[in-house]
Amino acid sequence: MSKRIETKLAQIGNRSEKVTGTVNPPVYFSTAYRHAGIGESTGFDYIRTGNPTRLLVEQAIADLEHGDRGFAFSSGMAAIQTIMALFQSGDELIVSSDLYGGTYRLFEREWRKYGLSFQYDDFTNPAETEKRINDKTKALFIETPTNPLMQEADIKELVAIAKKHEILVIVDNTFYTPVLQTPILDGADIVIHSATKYLGGHNDVLAGLVVTKGQELSEEFFQHQNAIGAVLSPFDSWLLMRGMKTLSLRMRQHQQNAGQVAQFLEEHPDVLDVLYPGKGGMLSFRLQDETWVNAFLKNLKTITFAESLGGIESFITYPATQTHMDIPEDIRIANGVCNRLLRFSVGVEHAEDIIEDLTQAFKAMKGAVTVEQS
Amino acid sequence: MSNHDWSFQTKLLHNESKVDRSTGSVSVPIHHSSTFHQFNIDEFGKYDYARSGNPTREALEQAIAELEGGSRGLAFSSGMAAISTAFLLLSQGDHVLVTEDVYGGTFRIITDVLTRFGIEHTFVDMTDLHQVASEIRPNTKVIYMETPSNPLLKVTDIQGIVNLAKANDCLTFLDNTFLTPELQRPLELGVDVVLHSATKFLAGHSDVLAGLAVVKDPELGDRLYKLQNAFGAVLGVQDAWLVLRGLKTLHVRLQQSQASALKIAEFLSEHPKVEEVYYPGLSFHPGHDTQRYQADGPGAVLSFKLADGDAVRTLVENVQLPVFAVSLGAVESILSYPAKMSHAAMPPAEREKRGISDGLLRLSVGLEKVEDLIKDFDAALEKVPAVKKSENVNV
Repeated sequence: MSKRIETKLAQIGNRSEKVTGTVNPPVYFSTAYRHAGIGESTGFDYIRTGNPTRLLVEQAIADLEHGDRGFAFSSGMAAIQTIMALFQSGDELIVSSDLYGGTYRLFEREWRKYGLSFQYDDFTNPAETEKRINDKTKALFIETPTNPLMQEADIKELVAIAKKHEILVIVDNTFYTPVLQTPILDGADIVIHSATKYLGGHNDVLAGLVVTKGQELSEEFFQHQNAIGAVLSPFDSWLLMRGMKTLSLRMRQHQQNAGQVAQFLEEHPDVLDVLYPGKGGMLSFRLQDETWVNAFLKNLKTITFAESLGGIESFITYPATQTHMDIPEDIRIANGVCNRLLRFSVGVEHAEDIIEDLTQAFKAMKGAVTVEQS
Repeated sequence: MSNHDWSFQTKLLHNESKVDRSTGSVSVPIHHSSTFHQFNIDEFGKYDYARSGNPTREALEQAIAELEGGSRGLAFSSGMAAISTAFLLLSQGDHVLVTEDVYGGTFRIITDVLTRFGIEHTFVDMTDLHQVASEIRPNTKVIYMETPSNPLLKVTDIQGIVNLAKANDCLTFLDNTFLTPELQRPLELGVDVVLHSATKFLAGHSDVLAGLAVVKDPELGDRLYKLQNAFGAVLGVQDAWLVLRGLKTLHVRLQQSQASALKIAEFLSEHPKVEEVYYPGLSFHPGHDTQRYQADGPGAVLSFKLADGDAVRTLVENVQLPVFAVSLGAVESILSYPAKMSHAAMPPAEREKRGISDGLLRLSVGLEKVEDLIKDFDAALEKVPAVKKSENVNV
């Protein structure tokens, strides 16, 4: 029986245990598991290889993303690092040009050393993407929507091209989550999450998740997860599951608030433009004047000026000095991540309270700048 | 309960829940679940609601029952929750005999709360069997012991009290916090209810608040369980797991701290600025022989007396290693000032009467190198003004 996503989410870990009937799954801290005899494993041997609590969150994300196997890691970056183990020297990946700074840093500073190369593509024109594919190309690595410019890529069209050239499609689904987007149903091979964001949802757990489609790929990827060992701890697995149970409720509220905030910003004279794809809880906007940015952030009272996103609290991030500081300035600005750009993770507070905070911060920022200039 | 004839040290690590049946897990899982699915409408399972029973809490309850040699263990959210729940076995019109230098928190529950429910009490010197016998009344239902007592480390003859209690048809409660079953197993001596602040040596790391009660008689166990479930002051599952984790090293921790405590007690008893040292491990301690008879060691807590409150202040301000804090039984040494801490709930007059003077300090010896601790005390005592000759007469 295929259940709807709200039901799947609310029931994560329930009925997972037959001995006590526990409704909320236990946290197994055990690092080792006794075997009844030689060759008689319960399925668990050593915590890095498998842990009953981690397994539940891995099964849950596989189910939600319609993949064959899920994997939990100690961070989103640990998940991406492990994915890179699927490749070898000489391979090339075509990746989103407007890429999360941490992923950019990992590719350029670490993997280039091992002979991997990366082409950057905005994935808005599949025909252009196809032209980039050559003998060395092994995968498309897509963030959609992108961070922070909120551009959506057409996963189905990109998958069609990838299949033709027999290369993998990897999608970072952190921003939309399976509530709004299921890339594997569109033909993607691998889905990645920084589960620290919407999946965990409470700004209290660092985690990464990966889902693979296909038995062979799943088995190969498991070998890498176990060998590299950047796995998620039992307690964080439990916290992540706890957060996921309310994902659909939170996402609904995030999206509703983001829609209202986007409309407010669109109409505000101090705002140059608003980048909101109409889905999810993330948007970006540019102020009319770069010199207002610091005063605006300093005057926020309800919204928190912080890095990260996807939590119940509203966060505003300044990509130029935070998420994208590792991307060279000229490349950053050429990509549109200019010094006026702010990224907004709209929380689940009352939308009017968020808008009132923005209104007063806009007012105060201009006063502050005037004083400084006089 | 397991029938293995293992030593205590081994039992700390090998108990009923050493291996999880379904996964083989060697560390007890933490069941946060507040409710439990019933697989069969006709026959409900062992667990239904977390207050009534939880697999993680039960692992701790079974472990302490086995370690104390009891039939049932019960875990509470604090030592006082365990003690308060045990006192609920009493009814209006009942009377309790209580050791006079009882822990201040227990003193408060007995004098402020039990009295409001019509439960009477008398404080006695529990080391004086004659006095105890003469205070027993027809309505005396519980004799409440702490041995060694807090903070004067007075040793009660447990079997002597048990015999008196049995002859007068009353129950005995014993707070075993200071020694733990590693050193003293009161149920084997006939005590009915053993109580613990598991916050102390049992958990041992100053990171969890917990209480335990253990009984041998199954019928009494059922009565106490019903009160635990009804009153509901149960231990949370993460805390139950932390106590279980602490128990695994109880033997090594307590043996190490005890060995250090004896050396520190010897050092202090020879120091000219220390008026008195209270530690059952010292041969001149009045309870030394009884302690040797009924327990496997003197424990890791000692008290000592300086001239006055000013001397205490100087010492406290100059020691560097022990934390100056309430509580005891931790990996780090803890220096406490009973007059203002554990016994602050006791009126000054009552305190003085019990010998808990303004010059008294209690030391719970931790796992630091004993030479470092002695050096630290030596240096701090150096700063304490010399005691006037006239006051230094040892009587």
